[in-house]
Amino acid sequence: MSTDDEGVRRDVTTSSARADGAPDRPGNAATTLPAGTGAGAGAIADVARSETALRRFLFGLPGVDQVGAESRAAALATRSIKAGAKLWAIETAISMVDLTTLEGADTPGKVTALCAKARRPDPADPTVPGVAAVCVYPDLVATAKRALHGSPVAVASVATAFPSGRAGLAVKLADVRDAVAAGADEVDMVIDRGAFLSGRYGFVLDEVRAVKSACGRAHLKVILETGELATYDNVRRASWIAMLGGADFVKTSTGKVSPAATLPVALVMLEAVRDFAASGGPRVGVKVAGGIRTTKDAIRYLVLVNETVGDDWLDPARFRFGASSLLNDLLMQRSTQRSGAYAGADDFSLE
Amino acid sequence: MPDMPTTEPAGPGAPPTAPQPVPPVTREHPRLAVQKTYKLYVGGAFPRSESGRSYAVHAAGGAHLANAAHASRKDVRDAVAAARRACARWSAATAYNRGQVLYRVAEMLEDRREQFAELVAAGEGVAHHAALAAVDAAVDRWVWYAGWADKIAQIAGSSNPVAGPYFNFSLPEPTGVVGVVAPQESSLLGLVSVLAPVLTSGNAAVVVASELRPLPAVALAEVLATSDLPGGVANILTGRTAELAPVLARHRDVDALDLAGASAEIAVELEQAAADNVKRVLRRDPAEHGWDGEPTPRRMLAFVETKTVWHPIGV
Amino acid sequence: MPSSLFTYAPAPESRSVVTLRPRYGLFVDGEFVEPRDGSTFTTVSPSSEEVLAEVAAAGPGDVDRAVAAAARAQRDTWGPMPGKERAKYLFRIARLMQERSRELAVLESMDNGKPIREARDVDVPLAAAHFFYYAGWADKLAYAGLGPSPRPIGVAGQIVPWNFPLLMAAWKLAPALAAGNTCVLKPAETTPLSALLLAEIVQQAGLPPGVVNVVTGAGDTGAALVAHPGVDKVAFTGSTEVGKAIQRTLAGSHKRLTLELGGKAANVVFDDAPLSQAVEGIVNGIFFNQGHVCCAGSRLLVQESIADAVVEALKARLETLRLGDPLDKNTDIGAINSPGQLAKIEELAGSGEADGATRWSPRCALPERGYWFPPTIFTGVAPAFRIAREEIFGPVLSVLTFRTPDEAVAKANNTTYGLSAGVWTEKGSRILWMAQHLRAGVVWANTFNRFDPTSPFGGYRESGFGREGGRHGLEAYLDA
Repeated sequence: MSTDDEGVRRDVTTSSARADGAPDRPGNAATTLPAGTGAGAGAIADVARSETALRRFLFGLPGVDQVGAESRAAALATRSIKAGAKLWAIETAISMVDLTTLEGADTPGKVTALCAKARRPDPADPTVPGVAAVCVYPDLVATAKRALHGSPVAVASVATAFPSGRAGLAVKLADVRDAVAAGADEVDMVIDRGAFLSGRYGFVLDEVRAVKSACGRAHLKVILETGELATYDNVRRASWIAMLGGADFVKTSTGKVSPAATLPVALVMLEAVRDFAASGGPRVGVKVAGGIRTTKDAIRYLVLVNETVGDDWLDPARFRFGASSLLNDLLMQRSTQRSGAYAGADDFSLE
Repeated sequence: MPDMPTTEPAGPGAPPTAPQPVPPVTREHPRLAVQKTYKLYVGGAFPRSESGRSYAVHAAGGAHLANAAHASRKDVRDAVAAARRACARWSAATAYNRGQVLYRVAEMLEDRREQFAELVAAGEGVAHHAALAAVDAAVDRWVWYAGWADKIAQIAGSSNPVAGPYFNFSLPEPTGVVGVVAPQESSLLGLVSVLAPVLTSGNAAVVVASELRPLPAVALAEVLATSDLPGGVANILTGRTAELAPVLARHRDVDALDLAGASAEIAVELEQAAADNVKRVLRRDPAEHGWDGEPTPRRMLAFVETKTVWHPIGV
Repeated sequence: MPSSLFTYAPAPESRSVVTLRPRYGLFVDGEFVEPRDGSTFTTVSPSSEEVLAEVAAAGPGDVDRAVAAAARAQRDTWGPMPGKERAKYLFRIARLMQERSRELAVLESMDNGKPIREARDVDVPLAAAHFFYYAGWADKLAYAGLGPSPRPIGVAGQIVPWNFPLLMAAWKLAPALAAGNTCVLKPAETTPLSALLLAEIVQQAGLPPGVVNVVTGAGDTGAALVAHPGVDKVAFTGSTEVGKAIQRTLAGSHKRLTLELGGKAANVVFDDAPLSQAVEGIVNGIFFNQGHVCCAGSRLLVQESIADAVVEALKARLETLRLGDPLDKNTDIGAINSPGQLAKIEELAGSGEADGATRWSPRCALPERGYWFPPTIFTGVAPAFRIAREEIFGPVLSVLTFRTPDEAVAKANNTTYGLSAGVWTEKGSRILWMAQHLRAGVVWANTFNRFDPTSPFGGYRESGFGREGGRHGLEAYLDA
């Protein structure tokens, strides 16, 4: 119960940066990602022993009632955040952004510009934190690495025949090794949705494991592409497969499929990582990606994180936004919070 | 049906005479008719009152017709217990099955219409043809209600278009054990008119029969007992209304009360007692004159509960 | 516990939208009037104990005046009025309620102590929706399936409780008016203000004088209304004890009666339930409106095989509930409505401990002023304990276990009440089997505490009789 909100709010309004009581954010997101330990403690590892055991386990997970999950997410979306707490939330959100460009038209110039933005989102205000990572295709990892040299901002690369995942394992693994060799700190893989939807759960799990192993020291985010999984039950099962396979993060979407991230999907995934941790597994992060464009959206996700998994996940090491245009809106709203005047779109750079 | 008089017996207290002429068994000794002992109908059996009491039933003209069991409060208790036991099975029977059983009652009654006409004529003091018309109406009433069994949910239920992703429907369910104070005047048609709707909607009944004209009720019990109606679904008590009805009204395991045959004086007391466990009470309708008119679903609907079920719609 | 990093700033809804008068009269014959033979009482904000206003307590003479006005209006204006015209008045009321929804919500929250989130998102929109729904019936009564030419009953005396003051008033007024009856409404003593604001809306809507009358006061005002010979129909929502007294009072009279009384609902959770949603449903079932809900899921019946996991998840969820200022938009649990109710809850919770159940509440600081009770769970509850049998009408959940579906049904039905029940399982046929066997007027399967104007609501057994809402809700107000 937070009946002492009053005090916190007062502190926050006089604080120059984030809410009092927030610990300093660890400098390098990449190095503070929880080390993936594969499939956690014994009991959890057991379920991945055989296809039968895995299937039995996945179907033993409690179901998700769509209407119930959606109404819970909708109820949390009405939480009202004001003034100082909002400023803290905006800065936290900025620090959680994986600034992303995943276009066929991407060029070194575009990526370099994005990296500059990632290091110092608002050149006019050095108190704005950097983002967590820049997310690019594998062939642009080296460019990003160079541009971010000396900065705590990590480089994430999509891989495994992103976004469809329709390639043989050898090709996928080569894609991953390529990105890692180019210096990627984080790899965003896609699961084989076709395999998942046809019930070949062991196949999906093995692929995640293989990719995890190809990642070496790089951290693995597993994209479920929830828009193609169709049901929340599937989202929960796919989350578990990813976690059992050693994911450091489970991620909603590629951003190429609609619907991408939604609050109820995030709720189901957050519950999965919570339950995974509670059953002895490591604390796996959650990345929401696709369609998150406004500060209001971002704060709703933070509320969801706060209410579902709490403090431990309110950190770039365990929660990320995959986004591009979101960052400018966060900057605009931050400026509004600080100055009291509404910012204009052209007050911040477009990359 | 030779066991009941069609003519006035010789005098009060005299045994009813069989329809004459009775062929003599022997020249010296005319055959003596076998008289029926009128008992209670409880749990599908025909017990005497546990009190051992009986009371004299007279024809409209004052002649003695028979002795009826004079039920006690313990008989009420037993009848309610029997009704409660029978309730689950009867209410869980398919509506189609209930309809079949009720139609079977009509068949059995039709079979014995002469017997009932004689009973009604004797008890109510009406002409034989009028009594026969009442019996026929009673048979038709069972048929009418039998047809309702699998339709009541369709007229009383609904699918409700709630503003949200939920499937929502309402359906009528039997209230449970209904105490019925049967009409005092109309000893058969009145009784059937109040009992049939209670049974049709799936309830079990404990009936206090017309105090002064109980014989058709007991005969009806014999019809019910041979009509596939599970024992205990209908229980019929004869005795003093003013003694039995308050026991029913106060009984906490009775869910509803039909006051069709309660006098204005005792109705108040019964209704007050009924409040103790919030019984549903169907008052005597002052506008209701006799039982000849076309029935309506009103009496069935008085003893159903509407249950509404919600379920989310999602994938 | 919500994060210490990420705390919600207080987000109080502004009170400025509400204009409190220092003193409220009775609403009789279209006007606010001083009581003739009544007195006055004060209504306080349960969250702060602040006196909000002085309110008239109607005496027998005032009730008589209101009933007479209602009878006149029924005879002269409202009764003879074509249904389509009545409909337009009701639509107008619905619209005015929507227009003034913020004001209604804030006032309701202030007077009742309920969270503004609930008043804003549930009470007020549902109340307006009820008027909107029944408005449409006013000129279609012949199609309601109650007979070819249904007629209004006359004057309805309607007594509503303090837990959903405005919503219950709407549940009573809307169907009665649609059917052509006129009304004398008696709001609860501790929450008279929203009904008086509704009276103002009725005035704004231009309803003919006497069609709706509001007589504020305590139990004796209600008793006078029930006993008044000019009343043709009594509708009561409240405690089973008072309901029984009303039923006794009306014995032998011509007055029709519907009762919506207490409950002790079982919320049955099977081992194959959608657990996260079940936990939400349990929380919503018992902590919605501080548990001041007749259909609250106050008995959690959980299958033994998952009982520990459910209780653990429930406790974790309860740690995130926010108790405090009802006007704060982030508040989940508001104030207990009155000191009397608080004492009752405390007494029953005490009996739970004395009986040997284990009491648990989340870490939770209660405000110093006002009437507060923390969300509370009792585990190790035996069916015989008072907390498993008596309606607490507060944020107190009793957890019991079962092993088989038959046992679940037997335990769920082992109560003299029968208002509502919940079932949580992913197995379709079991849902329907449970729905069939639970003796309750409303069965929520994989959800709880949902309400809608089209959905009939009301109890089995000692939870009352008659239905409110839907086509069924018209029956109580029509002579078919």
